[in-house]
Amino acid sequence: MSAIIQGTGAATALTTLNSKKLVARSRTSLPGVDAGRRKRCIVAAGSDASKSFGSSSLLTLRHSHKLFANAVATKADTSATTTGHELLLFEALQEGLEEEMDRDPHVCVMGEDVGHYGGSYKVTKGLADKFGDLRVLDTPICENAFTGMGIGAAMTGLRPVIEGMNMGFLLLAFNQISNNCGMLHYTSGGQFTIPVVIRGPGGVGRQLGAEHSQRLESYFQSIPGIQMVACSTPYNAKGLMKAAIRSENPVILFEHVLLYNLKEKIPDEEYICNLEEAEMVRPGEHITILTYSRMRYHVMQAAKTLVNKGYDPEVIDIRSLKPFDLYTIGNSVKKTHRVLIVEECMRTGGIGASLTAAINENFHDYLDAPVMCLSSQDVPTPYAGTLEEWTVVQPAQIVTAVEQLCQ
Amino acid sequence: MKFIPESSPQRVPCYRVLDENGRIILNSDFIPVSEKLAVRMYEQMATLQVMDHIFYEAQRQGRISFFITSLGEEAINIASAAALAPDDVVLPQYREPGVLLWRGFTLQEFANQCFGNRADHGKGRQMPIHYGSKQHNYFTVSSPIATQLPQAAGVGYSLKMEKKNACAVTFIGDGGTSEGDFHAGLNFAAVMEAPVVFICRNNGWAISTHISEQFRSDGIVVKGQAYGIRSIRVDGNDALAVYSAVRSAREMAVAEQRPVLIEAMTYRVGHHSTSDDSTKYRTADEIQYWKMSRNPVNRFKKWVEDNGWWSEDDESKIRSNARKQLLQAIQAAEKWDKPPLAELFNDVYDVKTKNLEEQELGLKDLVEKQPQDYPPGFHI
Repeated sequence: MSAIIQGTGAATALTTLNSKKLVARSRTSLPGVDAGRRKRCIVAAGSDASKSFGSSSLLTLRHSHKLFANAVATKADTSATTTGHELLLFEALQEGLEEEMDRDPHVCVMGEDVGHYGGSYKVTKGLADKFGDLRVLDTPICENAFTGMGIGAAMTGLRPVIEGMNMGFLLLAFNQISNNCGMLHYTSGGQFTIPVVIRGPGGVGRQLGAEHSQRLESYFQSIPGIQMVACSTPYNAKGLMKAAIRSENPVILFEHVLLYNLKEKIPDEEYICNLEEAEMVRPGEHITILTYSRMRYHVMQAAKTLVNKGYDPEVIDIRSLKPFDLYTIGNSVKKTHRVLIVEECMRTGGIGASLTAAINENFHDYLDAPVMCLSSQDVPTPYAGTLEEWTVVQPAQIVTAVEQLCQ
Repeated sequence: MKFIPESSPQRVPCYRVLDENGRIILNSDFIPVSEKLAVRMYEQMATLQVMDHIFYEAQRQGRISFFITSLGEEAINIASAAALAPDDVVLPQYREPGVLLWRGFTLQEFANQCFGNRADHGKGRQMPIHYGSKQHNYFTVSSPIATQLPQAAGVGYSLKMEKKNACAVTFIGDGGTSEGDFHAGLNFAAVMEAPVVFICRNNGWAISTHISEQFRSDGIVVKGQAYGIRSIRVDGNDALAVYSAVRSAREMAVAEQRPVLIEAMTYRVGHHSTSDDSTKYRTADEIQYWKMSRNPVNRFKKWVEDNGWWSEDDESKIRSNARKQLLQAIQAAEKWDKPPLAELFNDVYDVKTKNLEEQELGLKDLVEKQPQDYPPGFHI
């Protein structure tokens, strides 16, 4: 109960903040709903620090043992609508996909085991039964083939959602993604569009081995013509899925192996998220922490500790990996003057590296300290649990980094 | 215990209708071609030849940067196009401009693409010969080999879903069949039961790699069965045979919703491209032989003439007309402006992203500040 009261209290203060600074451009989201979502976002974020949902934690992770039980920005629905339904992230993806397939008969799904098996992570569960096995197509094992197939189908008017069983496997499809998906709209002089969505789980999981723990966003980020987004909550997973399907551009939707079982209550009414927008997770004054996907949770865990130590970090989930939402990021930098990037990509050539460059280039004058970027080690992800744990950024490191930056 | 041998004692026979002298072989089965159709086919084959020669020369003169001819493969180009319906979606490799020519792409449009001028449908974004026209159901050529094969499976899938009376038709060379995408595309089309016609132009050479160094199988036709795909080997230099085979394949693909593989045997008379000098790896005699005695255009001409449908007069007229039109088209295309800088950042996405807008402004700034450093006519 106390949480809700606190939430409302925070809301008044924060709404002022909201109206002044965070009027982002929404190109594709439904206007009314998007504004509502942002407000809700902020309300929830501001009140997370002391919220404790105890055993009924809204965050349940597979194999979770010591990480963040409650630190996430939960979207406690404190507005008048107490409806909404609770679901897991993979179910949110499925819901978004199903809604779009209902809405537009051109939307189809292709990939390995997506049909009657329901997908390796159950994102396409039940869809083959409902839409038939032509529209939810099980393909032979050849990533380059089904990606190429999706591109050909898209050029003929369909809107395929291509699932890579693991993002790492999409390296086999790099030729089709780079040379065709990203390029054909341009090289055909705009005659052909390729409205595909390429999605799948990536990132470092729990002892899945090096080949199954890759961060493809690093490799794909240079490809002109594609957009990249990373989902991190059931809310934005569904919203981004829908937006990606509706987009006329090829969009790569990065999901994370460890986030599929996150639980959250999402609105009953229809909504989509803006593909190019970053998400304000927790407004603050002292430092801007930019992150995405699973690292968001490590950051929020660290944020708990930091708040207890008296810091006020602003946490932004950048969500849009290509292009970066420099508007939201810029506003934050101008306010806090300190930036910490926390990513799961490797130190060399990751999203963090590009983001550091972009911030330095655009907001150099507003920085009181050099941009710091915490990334994974430049090593293939080892299998041993203890080793694996220390290839990625841990909350303790984030706390230390913030303390260092805020001296 | 019995091992299936690595090859059959007999090579797969080759379907043929006309002999080398342009006479119909006794007892051949083929789909008859009317005078009107035959004359049109011949005219287009002759036009394609003239087009190839003139654009090749234009490249040699430095007027365009690059060109690929389809010399020696005119029958495959035109006869296959003639056998298809306008709704059939064509995914070319790059040696099939004749299909686009048949469908109505004008000589001016070909020239515009090669010169990459303002009027190019591709807006000057691709190298010469990378034609593409949505209007003509001809997908834009993409340089990497064989990428169009899985895409063709996708097109077939799309047509199947929409239950259209159309099929996907895609072309590949002998070399391209070594690419993984060949395996991928065929396997998928077979499993999906997609209406796709795969046409392999086996022309003997992949730049300097002869087919004996490309695969160890009896050509490409035998690979079809490995994927569960009905296949045929056809004499690619016999326009009537190509016409019949492609027409039948197309009907099968659409009616039975299955892929079909056609291996069209031919010879690449020209160099791989203007960046190649094939006399470095094959004898001039070999080239001459195929150019003169096994020429598909001459062979078909003989048949058309024997039927009384074509005269020497017609011949000189078509060639000189084509030549004149091409020279005019080239002159015009050469003169027209190149696409403006304003087109550089368009069509990367449907709507420019912020960073692209910034990059465009940055470039515009540069051009305005230092116009002397930029070619004339380089305006935003």
